[in-house]
Amino acid sequence: MGPELDRLISLLAKLPGLGPRSARRAALALIQKREGLLRPLAAALEAAAAAIRPCSVCGNLDSTDPCGICADDRRDRSVICVVESVGDLWALERAGAHRGLYHVLGGTLSAIGGRGPEDLTIPQLLRRVAAGGVSEVILALGATVDGQATAHLVADRLRPLNVEVTRLAHGVPVGGELGYLDDGTLAAALRARRPA
Amino acid sequence: MERWQDEAIVLAARPHGEGHAIVSVLARARGHWRGHVRGGASSRQRGLWQPGNVLAVAWSARLADQLGHLTGEPVAAIAAAAMDQPWSLAILASACAVAEAALPEHEPHPLAYAGLAGLLARIGEGVSLAADYVRWEVALLAELGYGLDLSACAVTGRRDGLAYVSPRTGRAVTAEGAGAWAERLLVLPRFLRGDSAAGPGEVAAGLRLTGHFLARDVFGLAHRPVPAARLRLAERAEAEGT
Repeated sequence: MGPELDRLISLLAKLPGLGPRSARRAALALIQKREGLLRPLAAALEAAAAAIRPCSVCGNLDSTDPCGICADDRRDRSVICVVESVGDLWALERAGAHRGLYHVLGGTLSAIGGRGPEDLTIPQLLRRVAAGGVSEVILALGATVDGQATAHLVADRLRPLNVEVTRLAHGVPVGGELGYLDDGTLAAALRARRPA
Repeated sequence: MERWQDEAIVLAARPHGEGHAIVSVLARARGHWRGHVRGGASSRQRGLWQPGNVLAVAWSARLADQLGHLTGEPVAAIAAAAMDQPWSLAILASACAVAEAALPEHEPHPLAYAGLAGLLARIGEGVSLAADYVRWEVALLAELGYGLDLSACAVTGRRDGLAYVSPRTGRAVTAEGAGAWAERLLVLPRFLRGDSAAGPGEVAAGLRLTGHFLARDVFGLAHRPVPAARLRLAERAEAEGT
């Protein structure tokens, strides 16, 4: 196997979800479809590397700055949804349930990972809210100890700015059956019950 | 093949690879152990391996000093009970981080386990648990060999009126015994002298007291920083005047 192929396989193996075996299969598929897949993919990668940058307002990834979401006048600019990563932003956009703006924190507090408040984009969020026009901040962070510790910290920092701070509910997923839920989720769902 | 089973508290979980995790647990009879959890960071198992959760764990390895593998079944979902309340979550995160960083591995620490399990069992109580958290840190210091002597004044020998602790020796001092040195001493909150509830500012004072000895004797000697979760808990107490 030539060094070019070796390098292609070793790079593909670094992608999430791919190991050495699946990287080898992906490399083979790319080479067998040289014109239909390999060259367009190489061109797309080149274009993405050149054009895609983090949005200076919200931290989203896009080829324009501000990103398409921040620049969209039809979105509700009074509501900012705070997410941990761009992947979470994409998940919320896929759901189509949020029509406001976003703010990507860039992670959560993590003692193990050595990530503190100074490593997150909390000051940028505070500046956006302090600039005015924001009535609600939704904390859409993971239901983990690190995620919720981050949510409480952000809520504490937002308190002096007199903005409504809400967070996502924790509980029974759509399609979930109670018998299969873990104890923690069931308890959280019971605590968050509301009038029927 | 080495293997054991025990009830354990999850102290920390570090992602390993895409879906796995390296997890630290404090086992009731065996103390602080780490192990590789296959799928521990996957969406199915991530909730199980959250700090504070109590699990029935099984550890196995070819040799006793290897990292080993951990598997677990839920016993009590403590982390979920703490998530809604800032104080509960701050106490849980701090207790687990301090235990993880302070307790040496592969040594039984039944008293530390019992204290932490007792604290976690009441985690939903929020800020009213903060004084007990400070008491747990005092007990942890004692278990690690750095116990405070709060029985009598180091200067006068009196057993009543204790108001300060020497930051050098960890011995209690009365206000009269402290004299002009009072400003250089650590305040001894009343709730550490008996079973009384903590008054305003006393939890913060208690955290300053235990924090000094944890930083100097436990983490300092090991050249480790004080865990960030412990610093945030102290900041919360100072900010709220608790």
